[in-house]
Amino acid sequence: MLYNEPSPLETRVLSRRFGLPDSASLGTYLATEGYQAFLKAARMKPDEIIEEVKASNLRGRGGAGFPAGMKWSFVPRSSPKPKYIVVNADESEPGTCKDRVLIENDPHQLIEGVLIAGLAVDAHAGYIYVRGEYRYLIEILEKAIAEAYAGGRLGKNIQGTGFDFDLYTHTGAGAYECGEESALLESLEGKRGIPRIRPPFPAVVGAFQRPTVLNNVETYCAVPAIILRGGAAFAALGVPRAGGTKMTCLTGNLNKPGVYELRMGFPVMKMIEEVGGGIRGGRKLKAMIPGGSSCPVLTAAECEGATMDYDSMSARKTMLGSGGVIVMDDQTCMVKAAARIIRFYAHESCGWCIPCREGATWLRKILVRFHAGGGTRADIGLIGDIARNMLGRTFCPLGDAAAMPTISIVEKFQEEFEDHLDGRPCPYEHAEHMVMA
Amino acid sequence: MADLLKFTIDGKQLHAKPGTLVIEAARTAGIEIPAFCYYPGLTLQAACRMCLVEVEKMPKLMTACTLPVSEGMVVRTDTPQVHSARKYMLEFLLTNHPLDCPVCDKGGECELQDMTFRYGAGESRFTDEKVHTPEKQFSPVVFYDAPRCILCYRCVRICNEGLGVGALGVINRGVVSEIAPNKGDHLECDECGACIDICPVGALTSGIYRYQTRPWEMNHVGTICTHCSDGCRTTLGTRNGRIVRGNNRDSSGINGEFLCIKGRYAFDFYDHPERLLAPLARVDGKLTEVSWARALETVAGKFQQTLAGGGSFGVVGSNHTTNEEDYYLQKFARQVLRTDHIDHHRTGDLATLLDALSGQADKLATVADLDQRKAILILGADLALEHPLLSFQVRANYRHHAARIYALTPRPVREDKYAVKSLRAGRPEEYFAALESLRDALRSEPEMVAVFDDSVQGEDIGKLVEFAESLGIPVKYICLLDYSNSRGALDMGLAPELLPGYAPAARPGMRLREMLEAELDVLWVVGSNPLKAAGRKAGFLVVQDMFPTETASQADVVLPAAPAYEKDGTVTNVTGEVQRLKRAIEVMGAKPDLEIMGFLAREMGVAAVLGPWVPDAVFEEIRARVRGYGVPAAVIAAGGAAQTTPVNGRIPAEIPRAGEARRAHSAHNGLFASGTLGRYSRVLTSVLEGRLGR
Repeated sequence: MLYNEPSPLETRVLSRRFGLPDSASLGTYLATEGYQAFLKAARMKPDEIIEEVKASNLRGRGGAGFPAGMKWSFVPRSSPKPKYIVVNADESEPGTCKDRVLIENDPHQLIEGVLIAGLAVDAHAGYIYVRGEYRYLIEILEKAIAEAYAGGRLGKNIQGTGFDFDLYTHTGAGAYECGEESALLESLEGKRGIPRIRPPFPAVVGAFQRPTVLNNVETYCAVPAIILRGGAAFAALGVPRAGGTKMTCLTGNLNKPGVYELRMGFPVMKMIEEVGGGIRGGRKLKAMIPGGSSCPVLTAAECEGATMDYDSMSARKTMLGSGGVIVMDDQTCMVKAAARIIRFYAHESCGWCIPCREGATWLRKILVRFHAGGGTRADIGLIGDIARNMLGRTFCPLGDAAAMPTISIVEKFQEEFEDHLDGRPCPYEHAEHMVMA
Repeated sequence: MADLLKFTIDGKQLHAKPGTLVIEAARTAGIEIPAFCYYPGLTLQAACRMCLVEVEKMPKLMTACTLPVSEGMVVRTDTPQVHSARKYMLEFLLTNHPLDCPVCDKGGECELQDMTFRYGAGESRFTDEKVHTPEKQFSPVVFYDAPRCILCYRCVRICNEGLGVGALGVINRGVVSEIAPNKGDHLECDECGACIDICPVGALTSGIYRYQTRPWEMNHVGTICTHCSDGCRTTLGTRNGRIVRGNNRDSSGINGEFLCIKGRYAFDFYDHPERLLAPLARVDGKLTEVSWARALETVAGKFQQTLAGGGSFGVVGSNHTTNEEDYYLQKFARQVLRTDHIDHHRTGDLATLLDALSGQADKLATVADLDQRKAILILGADLALEHPLLSFQVRANYRHHAARIYALTPRPVREDKYAVKSLRAGRPEEYFAALESLRDALRSEPEMVAVFDDSVQGEDIGKLVEFAESLGIPVKYICLLDYSNSRGALDMGLAPELLPGYAPAARPGMRLREMLEAELDVLWVVGSNPLKAAGRKAGFLVVQDMFPTETASQADVVLPAAPAYEKDGTVTNVTGEVQRLKRAIEVMGAKPDLEIMGFLAREMGVAAVLGPWVPDAVFEEIRARVRGYGVPAAVIAAGGAAQTTPVNGRIPAEIPRAGEARRAHSAHNGLFASGTLGRYSRVLTSVLEGRLGR
């Protein structure tokens, strides 16, 4: 189902079947060029597939933005070991809700993307690792997979190409950390979801110690279009160093929140004002998180002239991330926002390494206390200090994810912290939207 | 050395083999990189983040424990950024640490204390509430205090990787993560305590040692464990004449820091309430405490009277007494009592193996060989339960050198998990059929160590050696024996057919069972319980022991003996490695067996014949006179181990008599059994009772 009306400003590539009757069915998929990309890819050499993906400038949509084609090219195709395709559907980054929409509305597009990745690296089995809380998606996926098997789109000798591929779903148990690729693989293998030491990277030593391609749902979903229309056409939709469109999740104090497919490089203010329908209640923009809560926040001033792509965000010392845009209006308490964000990361820290486990918890304790009026001036400096002592020193990026938004909020909104000193009540307490469960 | 990589750490030009980790390379150059989770020999974690260092051309600090050196690498460990990382990592660790150092067992030898002292901040900035969870008892041996735990996962790894047990894991997530036992609320494991010793902080503590002392109040004595024959070195911590702790944290000895429950905790038999601390003699038919003078006088008088009357003597030696005691005892028996009836309870048919290998060099494996040789063949024994050190070595060999293990055992064994081939076989004919099926596989191994227990005896040993030698690869052997000096007992000639050094006895006397059944005038039992399930036949019974055993309670005179931890001397382990015992404590009332025998000799006026009863002097005589025992004295004196050299030449193997196919009987003691000593060890019995109760 769809949760929002589409916007005319969208460029619908991955979402082009959204809204079609029975869009998740194999019938609808086949009627709309479904599995044509697979057939085309099956006639290509594996290197040609990878070159096409490289030419598309498709960068990993999970948040890190690593070029997908390059990732695929790292898989030692000549290895005698079996290779695996793993789909990261552990969508857990606060503010991000695009993968569920892609799976709900067009699961066959994902399956076809996985098949093409299989062709590219000579893999014959794949796993879709689905976030534990997305249990209902398993049913949708299982149904689509069963249809695909029945329709000869999975299994032995798919569509007469001689290519075999089996696809399985696997559900997580509700850990954010399992969205980190190596922790996901541990969890997939039935172990505790903690990250692995890298190198070796999953392309060489991945699932079950075998070479593995591991990408986000949205990344695989872009592949059929890239193969059908050509990498260059996909690249042309975006900006020079990032091709295609981005499934963008607009959340926060907007009139029209929702998931929209926008070209890479879409202007931020236009996105907020026009796609998102502007700030709710006619209020003013205070801050915006561009790519999920792990990204440093941008002030309203920093949003001016920014575009939704990796380079523009990087120039503003933040990240495009997963495309989970969180818009905060002028009634938002930034101390509370920081506390809410750190509560998430302290709760989700896997506990493996010291700085993340202890640092995030310490930050949570200070920020919650601070917002309740128990803060001191020294705490303001300490919050930044703790976060900086975590940054870059943790085992995996979860620690950075906890540190970066905290640092940006305490640096950019220091006066709001000062407003909470001396037991003063939060001046923004009446704001209705910030859930502090 | 063209294949060495050149790199720089803190300006020092260094070289190392490819694959060397920065943390190890730095250590060899005298540069300490602190770490909690890094532990040599265990898998890498990169969890504690203490070892972060600066590496040129790398944007972030790198963990020295996972980073291999590379050509031209420039590492800096002494920069403000590195210092800050260490300082604040410790600050993070201490946020939820209870800082209860004054009442923590680990206080004074705690790595967290030491690191905080060297690298930490002077004051705490943490003012919020700490996470607290109550302490838990995992087993009679293991206690866990989660708030102290820094989650370095050493315990999880030593249990899983080192012991092959995997009884510890991590539960929960984030800041409330904690170590948990395999059975939910309790542990079912080897109870070896390795997790406790390896814990850098006081999170895991032992039920035996906790709250006994401050570490700096102890004296430490390195000696050899007196239980099984593996010969682990254990460092006993003593205070006020009591043993309060056993461990081997200095990694001395053939066992490194490995110890099982017996070596670590089962020293506690020494103060069992039933321990004999005064001689006993029959007064009006009842065993009654008497003075040492009266007891020695009684025994010496009886010995002299029997000698004068041309009476018969039988002597039963021990599997636990020292080489010096065994040597002195057989000398006493043969030269003073003029008897050939001397034996001990044999637990493996070692003499036949030595005979089968006669004329060949380099055929007896050491404990180190089990960690070094490419292939290991195990026949019969459940090594993990009966010979924990040997099993540990085999596992380490598998983990570090990909050793190929073949296990032919009657029941499933821990080695099955690592073995290239596991076959169930229990009887010799089954072994030989199984071995034939493995012939091609074994032939393709570059070398092998064959380990067998008492299920292979007599001519089957000859067949086994014949089979192994026909493979055309170098093979070494280990004949498993039960106790701490089972090997020495045979080497020292506590056998009717063998003099010390396996020289043939001129007139082989009675063997153990024959002595027990014969109506001897005097039976002298030293450190053994042969009449556990039988009545005595001898006219006069003298027993030297620690406890009122079934044999002791039938004696005419009982002389209270001291255990290994209360005496000096040497013992020889299952692989023929001689090591030194060092007295840890003295217990009033009991005497070492050597001293008891010396006093008896003096009482009889024959002391000059037997020579001084001082361990060092007897050991010198052994080194000079006993074939194979010319081991370097300095190595032994310094606490090292030296393997005896093989006795080359045919050994007069005992002739099997009718109805007695088996010459040796192993007790197959498991992890929590240790013959008589085990019955009097509270920790061993409490673990066993705990399991039965469940």
